[in-house]
Amino acid sequence: MSDFIGDWNALLVLMIAGFLPNESWRMLGLWLGGGIDEGSELLVWVRAVATAILAGVIAQILVSPPGALASVPGWLRYAAVAAGFAAFIAMRRSIFAGVACGELLMLAGKWWLG
Amino acid sequence: MWSITSTVLALVLFATYLGIGALAHGTHFSLGWVLASTLFVWAGPAQIILISTLGSGATVAQAAIAVTVSAIRLFPMVVAVLPMLRTPTTKRRHLVLATHFIAVTLWVECFRLLPHVPRERRIVFTHGLGTGLVSLCLVAITVGYGLAANLPQLFAAAILLLTPLAFLLSTARNCRQLSDILALVLGLALFPLAAMLHTGVDILISGVSAGTIAYGVHWWRRRA
Repeated sequence: MSDFIGDWNALLVLMIAGFLPNESWRMLGLWLGGGIDEGSELLVWVRAVATAILAGVIAQILVSPPGALASVPGWLRYAAVAAGFAAFIAMRRSIFAGVACGELLMLAGKWWLG
Repeated sequence: MWSITSTVLALVLFATYLGIGALAHGTHFSLGWVLASTLFVWAGPAQIILISTLGSGATVAQAAIAVTVSAIRLFPMVVAVLPMLRTPTTKRRHLVLATHFIAVTLWVECFRLLPHVPRERRIVFTHGLGTGLVSLCLVAITVGYGLAANLPQLFAAAILLLTPLAFLLSTARNCRQLSDILALVLGLALFPLAAMLHTGVDILISGVSAGTIAYGVHWWRRRA
């Protein structure tokens, strides 16, 4: 069992740095969100900020990539995502077409670079 | 038609968590730990940030700050989704589990599916959807963790690229107003600029400013 979970210290770190930060924002939303109307202007702003923060996370993974993705040159990472987005638009907003196209371009580019 | 788009989103989520499983293996976390992180954290970007910061030797406090900042986006998601679940008799405690399940995929799916579900059944529907998605991700992590142990670097990179692609496209598909589209584009564009400040809260700076500019444009166009 201890091999499966790792040590209890690691689990404590997960609670402090993972569970608590996320759950507090959710519960704060539950606590404070009650009086806010579905179509209110505040929600338009709040949704715009949420979308922009997620966009920032995406940009961060591309700009300073984790693990094996760092072995792919920057221009190829950006080109793959741009190609994926173009395919997504061309195929009438198909996520599947976009993901497949971006992945294929990255694999082909990496194979071509050797 | 719903079931087809649902399957694609589930595939995208599966792909994202394959990537997280692979990342956890690469940074020497145990399989049980990353499965537990999915149950308790249940937010892909937060899990990626947690694993990559801790894996690269950051302190617990630094990781906690980075995750807290990334998790701010859950607050507006909760505020936006909960009014769809409420009935006049709903108590706050009835919404705790549904609130825990709210993350980007459930947020997208709630806006798409809940209008077709009778209001008094929406909480139960959300519990079912959330449990199903979490189970799917636990399987994906186990598979990704196993694959990473055996895949060559090229394919490991391909699995990690799934995460930004999947998040970008599913967010883009959910854009309903000009302000959403502007927020996505500006959020991508401003992050590299904010990152040059090296504040440790770069995502917060670029996100709040990009979101506010997008909202400003929306407000200005409505007035004009």
